[in-house]
Amino acid sequence: MTAAIEARGLGKQYGRRWALTDCTLSIPAGHVVGLVGPNGAGKTTLINLSTGMLAPTAGSIAVLGKQPASDPGQLAKVGYVAQDTPTYSGMSVEDHLRFVAHMNPAWDNGMAVKRVQQLGLDLKQKAGKLSGGQRAQLALTLAIAKRPQLLMLDEPIASLDPLARREFLQILMEATAEQELSVVMSSHLVADLERVADYLIVLVASRVQIAGEVDNLLATHHLVTGPRRDPDALPLSQRVITASHTDRQSTMLVRSDEPVVDPSWSASQIDLEDLVLAYMGQARDGSPGMTDQVGTKVLEEKR
Amino acid sequence: MIEFHLDSRSGVAPYLQLIQQVRQALRLGLLREGDQLPTVKEVSGALAINPNTVLKAYRELEYEGLAAAKPGVGTFVTKTLTDESIAAHQQLAKDLLCWYREARAAGLDTESIDGIYRQTVRSALQEEAV
Amino acid sequence: MIWLSWRQFRTQAIVAGAALVAVAIALLATGPHLAAMFDNSGLATCRTGCATDANNFINQVRGTNADLIFFGGIILLYLVPALIGLFWGAPMVAREFEAGTFRLAWNQSVTRSRWVAVKLGLISLAALATTGLLSLMISLWSGPLYQAAQKAGQNTFNNKIGPPLFGATGIAPVGYAAFAFALGVTAGVLIRRTIPAMAVTLVIFAAVQILMPILIQPHLIPPVQATAPFNANQANEIMITSPGNTITVVGNYSHPGAWILSNKTITPSGRVFTGPAARACTSSSAAPQQCSNWLNSLHLRQLISYQPASRFWPLQWLELGIYLVLAVGLGWLSVWQVRRRRA
Repeated sequence: MTAAIEARGLGKQYGRRWALTDCTLSIPAGHVVGLVGPNGAGKTTLINLSTGMLAPTAGSIAVLGKQPASDPGQLAKVGYVAQDTPTYSGMSVEDHLRFVAHMNPAWDNGMAVKRVQQLGLDLKQKAGKLSGGQRAQLALTLAIAKRPQLLMLDEPIASLDPLARREFLQILMEATAEQELSVVMSSHLVADLERVADYLIVLVASRVQIAGEVDNLLATHHLVTGPRRDPDALPLSQRVITASHTDRQSTMLVRSDEPVVDPSWSASQIDLEDLVLAYMGQARDGSPGMTDQVGTKVLEEKR
Repeated sequence: MIEFHLDSRSGVAPYLQLIQQVRQALRLGLLREGDQLPTVKEVSGALAINPNTVLKAYRELEYEGLAAAKPGVGTFVTKTLTDESIAAHQQLAKDLLCWYREARAAGLDTESIDGIYRQTVRSALQEEAV
Repeated sequence: MIWLSWRQFRTQAIVAGAALVAVAIALLATGPHLAAMFDNSGLATCRTGCATDANNFINQVRGTNADLIFFGGIILLYLVPALIGLFWGAPMVAREFEAGTFRLAWNQSVTRSRWVAVKLGLISLAALATTGLLSLMISLWSGPLYQAAQKAGQNTFNNKIGPPLFGATGIAPVGYAAFAFALGVTAGVLIRRTIPAMAVTLVIFAAVQILMPILIQPHLIPPVQATAPFNANQANEIMITSPGNTITVVGNYSHPGAWILSNKTITPSGRVFTGPAARACTSSSAAPQQCSNWLNSLHLRQLISYQPASRFWPLQWLELGIYLVLAVGLGWLSVWQVRRRRA
């Protein structure tokens, strides 16, 4: 199957600052990909490069096998909802549907109208008068009803209240199931993505920290606690992501394909949120060393 | 038709929760042989979870012989749990009661008993998942 | 794309339509009266020696509100292309960037180049039609005045072959509108902010409109050169500058309806006459006639370069052609740049 997005050494520079550095990814199709990172990490840049809104400074990117926005056929296959869900504030909901319908041969008008009615949106209402949640739903409808293969969403639920958030994700998941969509959704909150993402990319300070299927990541990361030990003393097959120590005890997050069998360690799984936090912390602080900390463990055991 | 719910704080993976709920429904007789399970689209839309999660759960149920997929139609229950397991359940319940009484006699309060139970089950689940 | 172009252009189209209707009403209200005055003046049938009648007619009109409408029409025909560039051209792409809606518009199954090209084409047509209609209405209404100006025999302000009237009549304004619009769109594509794009469009358009009549228009067709004997008694101007004792003389030359580009006084040897001024002209005790006699004795000639009235339409077509070429060039530039420049 062609990868949904294939990036090689992708980079984007603004002036002297690199918004995205040396990004190499092969995002498989048929997944809901959560793109997580703090604000300013480069998530929007990556999404804009994938949709052809930006051109790379370095490296290459191929979306569904082709250059982004290269021709109408390729544009038809990629749906996109930008941050702050831009809409024409002077145009009604109905006009939006009509305008997108005219510009997309594969437009499914029945589905679009049905969805809009389900959402309780007034067709004649101007988009500028809609609430944030309604605008997000409208933008999502516009992106989905053109029957794309890949959907790119840039922090679509960041400014929505919990109910609007839940409704957005429900509709998104329903459409993903029905149309067999691949989805790339960015957020700076892991909680938004935990239910829906089965592939994770963590982006911090313009670099990809880790990327992989969620099940695999959770299975290969172990939170180990035991007597105080130097992280470098661990076998090579166990990569230490973060480590913290008290005078007697060490707690480390370790990545390893095999289970941790050393009896002096007690190992447990961590959840997605802590995994992301660990990688974000590691990116900020550099590689783990011997840091003395009096007090409790940094990462909680969840299970 | 069964309606699923998700406890995001239970620590149990979503797909396992779905499987457990199907098994529970079968046990209680809420689901019978021949009943259709909700479609992947319906479940993922209702719970706002990844369709692959639902697929995984349904595949596991198929593997256990509890359900079977009919392409283009849906997934249907193929077995009921009620009859065969009732006897096993009763025996297990008796054993558990014995153990509980032992623990109480040893001086444990309900919280400690609960703690031992949870920890044991958790470790066992982890071993199973590997 | 066509529906979308219309939908986004709707407001501007309605404003333009309303404005055209308002102008039409004003013209219809006063046109017949003006035409009647013209008929009464007898200028329609007059062939020669109409200068006095023509001047009378012009003076007659000067007092009425027709004069106001005439000048209003001129100003309108210079203003409308600029407004089209500012309000139709500059926002077309710049507004999409500012509002972020380009992220919605350019993710549909239409490439951004095609989006710009189609909108450029359709709105250009609207610009051409609007300006053409306006020019037609105003030219029809002003017909009597232009005819009178031509027959008046002087190179008056009302001469339509030269600036400023040349650009406010015929088909030239249509070219200006196309150019201004394309300029606005290009500015919007490159600058991506509406107000700065409007400012740049205005500045560049104004510069072009000012420089065209000075640098290019006179030479669109090589001007006609004519000579005539210089008669100091009918001179338009005799000026003596001191110190240096140079004298500049400008003779009178009348060619009805023509655009006089230069009127130099030359000596028999062919050089421009600069003096030095004889005492007959500089001495305060000398009579003016003595100066004139001295000048006439020098056998000076006038060298005149002009565009005759008959060249009005060829010049108009050339002007239109140039501006259309510029418009097409700018249009191509904006389509190319919108695809190429992704910040």
